[in-house]
Amino acid sequence: MGASFSQKVLARNVGRAQVQPGEVLDVTPDVVLSHDNSAAIIRIFRQLPQKELRYPERLAITLDHAVPPPTPQHAQNHAEIRRFVAEQGIQQFFEMGRGICHQVHCEEGVVGPGMILLGADSHSPHCGWLGAFGAGVGRTEVAALWATGQLWLRVPETLRITLTGRLAPGVMSKDLALQLIGRLGADGANYMAVEFDGPGTVTLSADMRAALVNMMAEMGAKNAFIAPDDLTWRWLETQLQRSRPDDWQERLSMFREQAILPDADAVGTQQLDMALDDVVPVVSCPHRVDNTEPVTALTGTRVDLAFIGTCTNGRLEDLAAAAEVVRGHRLRARLLVIPASSQVLADALAAGYLADLIEAGASIGTPGCGPCMGVHAGVLAPGEVCISSANRNFRGRMGQREAEIYLANPAVVAASAVAGEIVHPADLLAWE
Amino acid sequence: MRSRHRIWAYGDHVNTDVIFPGKFTYSVQHDPAALASHALEDLDPTFASSVRLGDVIVAGRNWGNGSSREQAVTCLLACGLRAIIAESFARIYYRNAINNGLLALTCPGVSVLAQTGLELALDLEAGELEIGGQTLQFAPLPPSVRHIVAAGGLISYLQAGAGKQEGGG
Ligand code: SF4
Repeated sequence: MGASFSQKVLARNVGRAQVQPGEVLDVTPDVVLSHDNSAAIIRIFRQLPQKELRYPERLAITLDHAVPPPTPQHAQNHAEIRRFVAEQGIQQFFEMGRGICHQVHCEEGVVGPGMILLGADSHSPHCGWLGAFGAGVGRTEVAALWATGQLWLRVPETLRITLTGRLAPGVMSKDLALQLIGRLGADGANYMAVEFDGPGTVTLSADMRAALVNMMAEMGAKNAFIAPDDLTWRWLETQLQRSRPDDWQERLSMFREQAILPDADAVGTQQLDMALDDVVPVVSCPHRVDNTEPVTALTGTRVDLAFIGTCTNGRLEDLAAAAEVVRGHRLRARLLVIPASSQVLADALAAGYLADLIEAGASIGTPGCGPCMGVHAGVLAPGEVCISSANRNFRGRMGQREAEIYLANPAVVAASAVAGEIVHPADLLAWE
Repeated sequence: MRSRHRIWAYGDHVNTDVIFPGKFTYSVQHDPAALASHALEDLDPTFASSVRLGDVIVAGRNWGNGSSREQAVTCLLACGLRAIIAESFARIYYRNAINNGLLALTCPGVSVLAQTGLELALDLEAGELEIGGQTLQFAPLPPSVRHIVAAGGLISYLQAGAGKQEGGG
């Protein structure tokens, strides 16, 4: 009887041959993620009887949510975190401007195939696109993890989604994700592991995989997973050479040894099949991610701000798709572009995408979360309408209760910036 | 033992952004009065000013989906809320509730009976609640989770010298 990836990786972690869905285990993660919320976590940690970090080398702290700090209070939070990092000798610390934690961890090889990451962030499943197990937990739990190294986790049931075919040109994995969420609902995979397989999965680029896995948090998934294949290993090799010139070979061999693949006959698995050829560009309408409609049903909806960025769709391919759409146009709506990391920023600059975007009238922000969670850097005014490449359109999410947020793929977001209203990129020419 | 509580009723898929707005997550962290003043701000602007000690929230499916921010739990504790009773919880919210000592009960069928302003009677030992003459059963919390809630949350539990934390969510 076979096991899913998630069962196998958790079983290995606790030194058992197999574990069953529903069992509660004390898991010792390889990486413990936190970000600007580390300041709050430090305060909780200081109340604990254990004064020492159990595994300082497993902490990974990134300043990304409010960068550069918009208020003295945010600056104070960052300063507290820096002091703690220095005191405790934490090596995996990424300064403001390096990028969003989930993206930075993948670029820096903090997390890779077969590893377990627990994070005080709900998009911690993100690293699953590299074949890792990532799950979100709370701040208090991260403080406990810093102190004890362990946390209870329930072994999830698995939803296996088998993809066939290929996405049509102009369709992105964001559309697939939104379509899945629209179909299964915002709790369609609550508490479950979502594991993608099938020939369609192999056709997806690295950036498309990352966006797809990232979005599964919006279906309630505990974690999500794509098995490492040739593309993953090539991506890792190039990436590690770039970010870790001193130890990239050791890191890569470690990932190769640790990688885990699911069994084809995994038990306790629900099965869903999806043909990529059937996916069309879709939009999530306010104020729910599972409130999806085809883009064409919303053509003409007014747009004030178009936002491209976030851990979901702020990578190079996303910026490339946006640049392609806006090239040679002037924008009718404001376009804000925030690359997911400094590496994406540098690469987009080198490739000329930023020039295209700036030429058209876009503003470019510091790599980080930007206005995604409504703290700063592009929040909305009452009555404004935003189309965003992010993952959440909840009421008030971008700082203003009386505003509306639509979610779409970055090409649709860019086309809507050009038109000043929601439009399918293919219709942009006809529209003018 | 039965206790009586005033109900605040809400629907399905209430997310943590409307329970506690993201724009305050790094500025409002520990001050109970400030936390309480923003509770459910973008869901029900009347809640924070009218909620009373011992009230309960009854909700539909997937309460607390979205961001992992813990203030979505602690702001309700700061309001003096006794419990949240829902058809189902999003998983990080459920963990946060347990770890902060907020009673989170899963009770299928509860949202159909509940209305804001009605009362419910809660019997934790029996795993029963009653609204308008109708009685519903809910599954008792697993023992290890009960210990964390009884200690007032994960931190108090660890401070009390518990060897390790366990649970069942
Ligand atoms: S980009 Fe948005 S969703 Fe992603 S980690 Fe930052 S705030 Fe969260």
